[in-house]
Amino acid sequence: MTQTRTITLTVNGDSVTRTVPVRMNLADFLRAELGLTGTHVGCEHGVCGACTLHVDDAPVRSCLMLAVQADGASVTTVEGLADSGRGAALRAAFTARNALQCGYCTPGMLASALDYIDTGGSADRAAIREHLSGNYCRCTGYQAIVDAVCDVIEGRVTA
Amino acid sequence: MTNPLNLFDRPNSYIGKTVPRPDARRLLEGRGRFVDDIQLPRMGHAAFLRSPHAHARIVSIDVAAARAHPGVIAVFTGAEMAQHVEPYVGVLTHLAGLRSAPQHPIAVDIARWQGEPVAMVIADSRATAEDAAELIEVEYDELPAACDAETALDPGTPVIHPAFGNNLAWERTVDVGDVDAAFARDDVTVVERTMRFGRHTGVTLEPRAAVAEFDPSEDRLTFHYSGQAPHMMQFIFAKHLGLPEENVRVVAEDVGGSFGIKIHTYGDEVATAAAAKVLRRPVKFVADRAESFMTDIHARDHVVEGRMAVTADGGIAALAFDDLTGIGPFSMYPRTSAIEANQVLNLTGAPYVVPNYRATARVVFQNKNMMCQYRAVGHPIAMAICDGLLEDAAAAIGMDPVAIRRRNLMRDDGYPCASASGMKLADLSHHKAMDRLVELMDYDRLRAENAALRAQGIHRGIGFCSMVEVTNPSPMFYGVGGAPIASQDGATLRLDAGGGLQVASSVTEQGQGTNAILAQIAAGVFGVPIERVRVKTGDTETVPYGGGTWASRGAGIGGEAMLQAALALKSQVLDVAAVILQARPDDLDIRDGSVTDANGTPRMTLSDLARTVYYRGNELPSDLTPELIATRHYRVTDFPFVFTNGAMAAHVEVDPDTGFVRVLDFWAVEDCGRVINPQLVDEQIRGGVVQGIGGALYEECLYSPEGQLLNTTMADYLVPMAGEMPDIHVAHVETPTRTSVLGAKGAGEAGTGGAPAAVMNAVNDALRPLGTSIWQMPMTPERILKALGRV
Repeated sequence: MTQTRTITLTVNGDSVTRTVPVRMNLADFLRAELGLTGTHVGCEHGVCGACTLHVDDAPVRSCLMLAVQADGASVTTVEGLADSGRGAALRAAFTARNALQCGYCTPGMLASALDYIDTGGSADRAAIREHLSGNYCRCTGYQAIVDAVCDVIEGRVTA
Repeated sequence: MTNPLNLFDRPNSYIGKTVPRPDARRLLEGRGRFVDDIQLPRMGHAAFLRSPHAHARIVSIDVAAARAHPGVIAVFTGAEMAQHVEPYVGVLTHLAGLRSAPQHPIAVDIARWQGEPVAMVIADSRATAEDAAELIEVEYDELPAACDAETALDPGTPVIHPAFGNNLAWERTVDVGDVDAAFARDDVTVVERTMRFGRHTGVTLEPRAAVAEFDPSEDRLTFHYSGQAPHMMQFIFAKHLGLPEENVRVVAEDVGGSFGIKIHTYGDEVATAAAAKVLRRPVKFVADRAESFMTDIHARDHVVEGRMAVTADGGIAALAFDDLTGIGPFSMYPRTSAIEANQVLNLTGAPYVVPNYRATARVVFQNKNMMCQYRAVGHPIAMAICDGLLEDAAAAIGMDPVAIRRRNLMRDDGYPCASASGMKLADLSHHKAMDRLVELMDYDRLRAENAALRAQGIHRGIGFCSMVEVTNPSPMFYGVGGAPIASQDGATLRLDAGGGLQVASSVTEQGQGTNAILAQIAAGVFGVPIERVRVKTGDTETVPYGGGTWASRGAGIGGEAMLQAALALKSQVLDVAAVILQARPDDLDIRDGSVTDANGTPRMTLSDLARTVYYRGNELPSDLTPELIATRHYRVTDFPFVFTNGAMAAHVEVDPDTGFVRVLDFWAVEDCGRVINPQLVDEQIRGGVVQGIGGALYEECLYSPEGQLLNTTMADYLVPMAGEMPDIHVAHVETPTRTSVLGAKGAGEAGTGGAPAAVMNAVNDALRPLGTSIWQMPMTPERILKALGRV
C-alpha cells in the first residue's frame, strides 16, 4: 500500500516533481502535497463535483484521478484561475449575484461553468442547469449560479 | 443623529441595500479557510472503526496489530477513551420527563447504532489510519435491534436502555378547548390522514471536520471547528475534558454549510479533542461521506395521525393529531432530540384561528443514527399537518384553497395574540402575504391553465402553505432548561487609528452572509464606508460571548447587538469630537468616515480624531477619557420567540405513468421584518426552499429492518441538483418586529419549513382528479405509482 512513484506535472503554470503514493488521488495531492487547498473534496467518488478542476483544459473530477495519472499533464486549480485572471468575469458575476454562500462547492462550480462558457454554451437556462447538474450546491438553490452564467454569456458582466 | 427613527434613511445607511459580501472574493479565488485546510506540525490524522451492527455487545476488541502498524501514533478503544472524557446526557429540565442515557465518545461495551465509533486510530496520515483501523479485530455479540419507531413501544420490542423499562424518551400533550365535542358536531366535515415524514439529513458539502491542538504547558485546548456555536462547544470541551473554560478556545473560520448539522456534540469530535490532550500534539478528524451519512444527525422521521374538522363555510372547528418520532439510541447532547417534536406541538396550526386543538407527541429510542435539530426544526411537519389537512378539507367541502386560508388565517390587525398552543404572536401579516402571493403567481390564470391542460391529459397541481417561522429565540428555548447555550449575543466596534472599524460579533457565518450584514449595520449606523469595516466572527478568544448562529437568530439578535454597539461608539466618538471641535455633540454627525456638522459638512476625519486620541493625547483636556471601543449585548426579553410568517406556493406536474414529479415553479412571500440585505434574504429563501423540495421529493435515509443504512453515498442518496430545480420567485412584506430597534426577524429556515407542505399540496392537487392522494415524504415515483395503484 505504500508503493510510490515520482511524477512531474505542471500545476498552475509551474513545473512540479514529487514522489507520491500510487494510491493518492489528485485532489489529495494538490491539497496535502502542494498546499493548494482551494480544491475541495465533498464525496470522494465523483458525484458531488466539488473537486472539479481542469486537466489539460478539460474538466476533471480530481477525486477520481490518481496523482500518478496526472504525470506529464497540465493542471489548473481555482488558485491558478485567480492568478491568471481567467474566469474573472464569471467571478465578478458570482459576486454580484451572490452565487455562492458557504463557498465549498464554488471552485468546482466555477470549473464546470467556465467549461460551459468557454465551449460556447448558450444562455439557455435549462441547458445551463443541465450542464451544472454534476455539481452539488446545498446553499444557493442554484438559481443565482444560473443567473451568473447567463450574465457572462450575454455580456452583462465583464472582467 | 442617534435617534433610532432616523437610522434607516441616513444618507450613508447600508441597511436595506444589496451590497456584495466581503467574503465572496476570497472564496472565489480558492482562499477559503476551511478546517481541513489546516496543516500543523506533528499533526496526527484520525480514523474511526465504526460498528457494523445496529445493536451489538462488544465481546472483545484486539488493537495490537493496529498499534504495531507503521505510522500509527495511537489507538483508543471506547474504554480507554472513557478514562479521559466525562460522559454526557442529552436532557433539558424544561422538557419535563425527557430521559436519555450517558453517552461516551466511543462505544463502551455495547454499540447502539450502525456507525457508532468503536475504536479510534491516529496515524501520520488519514490513509495510514484507515489501513490500521482495518487491522482491529472486534468480536461482536449481535443483539436484537429496535429499529422501527412505530413498534418501538410494543411489548415485544427490545429495550435499548433496560433501566428505562421501555423505549419512550419523552411525551407531551397539548389540549385546548373541547376537541371531542367539536369533532362530534353534526355540522362539520372531518378529514383524517396518516402522514409519514422520512428521515433525511443535512448533506453539508464540507463534511464535519475538527483539528484539535493542545498545549500542555498552558493546559490549553484550541479546537478548530466547522460549526455554528463556538461558545457552546467551549463549555462542552471544558466540562467533559476537565479543563478550565477560559483555557478552551474554539475557532470556526469558513464553514462549508451547516444547516443545524454542525451544532451538536459528536463522539468522534470529542474523541479528537481528547486525543490531542492525551497525545500532547494536534489531531485532525474529517468525516468522509459515508461517515457523514451514518453519523451526521438525521432529521424528521415522524408518523402523524391527523384530523381536522371544518364547518360548511370552511372554518376550522378542531385540529388534532398524534405525532410519533424516532430519535436513535440517545437524545443528542446538549440540545436534545425532543425539541423537534416539541416544535411540532407548538407550531402546528399557528397561522390560523384554531378554537379546539389537541396534540400529542411521543419520542422513542431506536437503533438508528441519532435524530436532532436540522434547518427548520419541526416546521416542515407542523406546516404539512395543518396545511395538508386544510387543503384536504377544502377539497372535501368544495372550497378553494386560497379562500379557505383567508377564512381562517389570523387577522393582520389582531396582534398581539396567541396561537392555539399558546405561542405569543406579534407583528405578522398572513393576509397581506397571501394577497401578494396570489398576485405574484397570477393564481386565477394558472388555475385556468391547469384545467385546460388537464383536458389534454397533463396533470398539474398548485399547492400552498401559510406558515410561521420561529426566529430570534429568547432564553426560553434552551437556556431555561440548563443548556450551555447563550441566547444573548454581543458586538464590539473599535475605531482604529486609520479611521476604519474592527468589529467582532458572537454570531457566526456559515455562508448565509452574516459577516456582510454585520458590516452593513456597523458601517451604516456608525458612519463609515463599508470597505472600512473588518468583521471578525467565530473565535471564542476574540469575540464577545454569545450563542452563535442557529434558529434564524444571526441578523435579528446579532444584528441588533451590532446596531446598539455602533450607536454607543458613535456617541463616544462624538463626545471626543465635540471637545476637539468646540461644538456640542448633538450638532455633529459621522458620515462617510468623517465627523461632520449636522448638515453633513466634514469637520475632521475619523482618522484625525483617532490619531489624536491614540498618539497625541497631550492635545486633549486631562479630564477627557476617550473610549474608541464599545461593546453591547442584546437578548429578546418580552417574547419566547419572534415569529415570522410567509405564504408559499408550488406548481408541479405529475406524470402518472412514471410517478415523476416536476416542480415547475415556486413562489415565496416572506415577512422577516426589516430586510437588511435584500439579495441575501432572497438567497436564504431560495436555498431553503430547495432543501424543502429535497425533503419533499428526494431525500431519505433508508434503513433495512435490521438497522443497516442502505444509502451512504451521494449516488444513492438523492439531493436536489440544478437540473431538477425551478427558478424561485421571492417577494416580501416588511413588518418590523417591535422587540428591537433594527426590527429584523430571521429568514434562514422559512423556505425549508414551508416548501414541503406546498409541494405535497400541489402533488395532491394534481392527483386528486385521478382519485388518489399521497401523504408520505419523500414523494418518490414509486410511492406515487403505488398511490395511483399502478404498482
